[in-house]
Amino acid sequence: MSFISYLVTGISLGSVYAIIALGYTMVYGIAKMLNFAHGDVIMVGSYVVFVAVSNMGVNPYVAILISMAVCTILGMTIEKVAYKPLRGTSPLAVLITAIGVSYLLQNLALLIFGADTKAFTSVVTLPNLVLFEGQLTISGVTIVTVVACIIIMVCLTLFVNKTKPGRAMIAVSEDKGAAELMGINVNGTIALTFAIGSALAAIAGVLLCSAYPALTPYTGSMPGIKAFVAAVFGGIGSIPGAMIGGIILGVIENLSKAYISSQMADAIVFAVLIVVLLVKPTGILGKNIQEKV
Amino acid sequence: MKKKLLSLVLAMAMTASLLAGCGAGTGETTGTDGAEVAEEAAEETEAAEETAEEAEAAEETAEEAEAPAAEGGVLKIGGIGPTTGGAAVYGTAVMNAAQIAVDEINAAGGVNGMTLELKFEDDECDAEKSVNAYNTLKDWNMQVLMGTVTSGCCIAVAESAMADNMFLLTPSGSAVECVQYDNAFRVCFSDPNQGIASAQYIGANALATKVAVIYDSSDIYSSGIYEKFAAEAANQPFEIVAAEAFTADNKTDFTVQLQKAKDAGADLVFLPIYYTEASLILAQANQMGLDTKFFGCDGLDGILAVENFDTALAEGVMLLTPFAADATDDKTVKFVEAYKAAYSDTPNQFAADAYDAIYTIKAACEKAGVTADMSTSDICDALKGAMTQITVDGLTGDGITWSADGEPTKAPKAVVISDGAYKAM
Repeated sequence: MSFISYLVTGISLGSVYAIIALGYTMVYGIAKMLNFAHGDVIMVGSYVVFVAVSNMGVNPYVAILISMAVCTILGMTIEKVAYKPLRGTSPLAVLITAIGVSYLLQNLALLIFGADTKAFTSVVTLPNLVLFEGQLTISGVTIVTVVACIIIMVCLTLFVNKTKPGRAMIAVSEDKGAAELMGINVNGTIALTFAIGSALAAIAGVLLCSAYPALTPYTGSMPGIKAFVAAVFGGIGSIPGAMIGGIILGVIENLSKAYISSQMADAIVFAVLIVVLLVKPTGILGKNIQEKV
Repeated sequence: MKKKLLSLVLAMAMTASLLAGCGAGTGETTGTDGAEVAEEAAEETEAAEETAEEAEAAEETAEEAEAPAAEGGVLKIGGIGPTTGGAAVYGTAVMNAAQIAVDEINAAGGVNGMTLELKFEDDECDAEKSVNAYNTLKDWNMQVLMGTVTSGCCIAVAESAMADNMFLLTPSGSAVECVQYDNAFRVCFSDPNQGIASAQYIGANALATKVAVIYDSSDIYSSGIYEKFAAEAANQPFEIVAAEAFTADNKTDFTVQLQKAKDAGADLVFLPIYYTEASLILAQANQMGLDTKFFGCDGLDGILAVENFDTALAEGVMLLTPFAADATDDKTVKFVEAYKAAYSDTPNQFAADAYDAIYTIKAACEKAGVTADMSTSDICDALKGAMTQITVDGLTGDGITWSADGEPTKAPKAVVISDGAYKAM
């Protein structure tokens, strides 16, 4: 019975990684850049909800919408100010800028909110699910997280495959130059990608902090790195890959904590990553695109 | 053109958000500002005294007149601890309480005719920053160090203090290595002693028969307590049914550790950790429907001060701490009143440790006949000898004595959290 419990919390943890990883993977797929500031957008989103709910008494669901709006604007601003001017230069320059933006956001949060831990009030009011006469308790947050992850996943897949802006994203990710020649607004598409990724980051932040209610300016950094690993694991650039990668990562982390060593969990997760990349360098669902000469 | 306009607007928006940030920051730190203002005011009074002194001693040489002080001079005490960051509750409490003690002593005539002056530097609970803070204080001509507040930082600073032969008295650095050199002493119990005392307390009061432990294996404080607790548990009428570790990089999800405690049938979870993680553990235990007792050490002190924390989660949590703010003895009542009046907050155990630390420095200075014109190294040698001879009746215990290895001797006490406040057990 405890195995099921470990599995369920692993899936829940993995679902949060998956939602964050979606942001990484979409941006990478389309702009071919690693947005290391993504984890910190999550932190900003969580602080927005915290301030709105705890300090201003806004309804939690309205607060989530506000947070999504703030993160969308933030994501698009970061793209416009920090990344767009560097598009076309060396990929290394953009990578360094992304790390810079990440530290900028962390330190701004440190300045505004201070480094003290804030206890985040869970926005999920669903009661715990008690099964098998109390032997298995699944918390409301866990259920909501998994459901939210699946809904986001389905919506995003439909959006990318069925709508015009979504198909434009695929076109841009496959060949930027050709897409531009076909009359697709490449800059607009990339901005839209950042907007969606950042709005997802806001949701991820709320779910993360509802499950683990200690909010600090560094809240986003470790989950951000793990989610990046999840995105690579699943095949960076692939939306279902991010989902699968995230959940597998969460489950491995939790099960190795439970059955091998609670101290070694991170080491095991990253060791598995190395093995997967050695066997399948593009990740689980990564496409191996051959360069045509 | 349109694009330029847009980037301009965005740049302005970013600048505005920066400014807004500054505004909010200042608003939040009003408490500290207040303290600083008080400090400044105290300094000003001192400066005024100095001027008067200088006028009186007109015939003295210019060099002597420049010496910064009243009759016996000024003894400069440096303090280091986290006043921002995850452990800010500790550092702020130490800073505030030490200032209260310094002001009291100065108002009562000082030590050996000297007035005390306290300067407190922030280290954000980071060992490297702590050493930087130590060097800043040395530039300020610190003569005695009251710090640092946390163990990891204290070990780093103790190396420098040993090299300089600077007297070091840590209020709350509980790792063994904090006082490994002969110039270092502490007010609180060491980690091993906390671990042993916790095990004995749980055993003697029959709080549990099956105990689970969740500790931070990457933190010397936590693992230090755990090791001694586990060793002492063998002599006690309870058994450790689960001992689960976590590390600094993986300290948000504790469901697995708690599930293991639940599966092992633990009726008490021992948490030799700091309050930030403990607040997560209590929240997750509540979500999982785990209903056990929780017992912690002084690291849990401060959990009620976490912003927005639901104190109902901490109801019934017990912690080993030598100070309860609701105790009714005269000393505690007087201290708590002074602290509340100055900082509108209830002092925790760290505050009491710091208050005792300043009075310990006073007692040792009196015993050794320290004067302000002695060199830092001479003061250190004099205080080292005096520490083993003094007995201090403090907030954290009556008749505290020290051995030459820097460890205090006093009776352990525990408190329980009830109705959102610490109550003596």
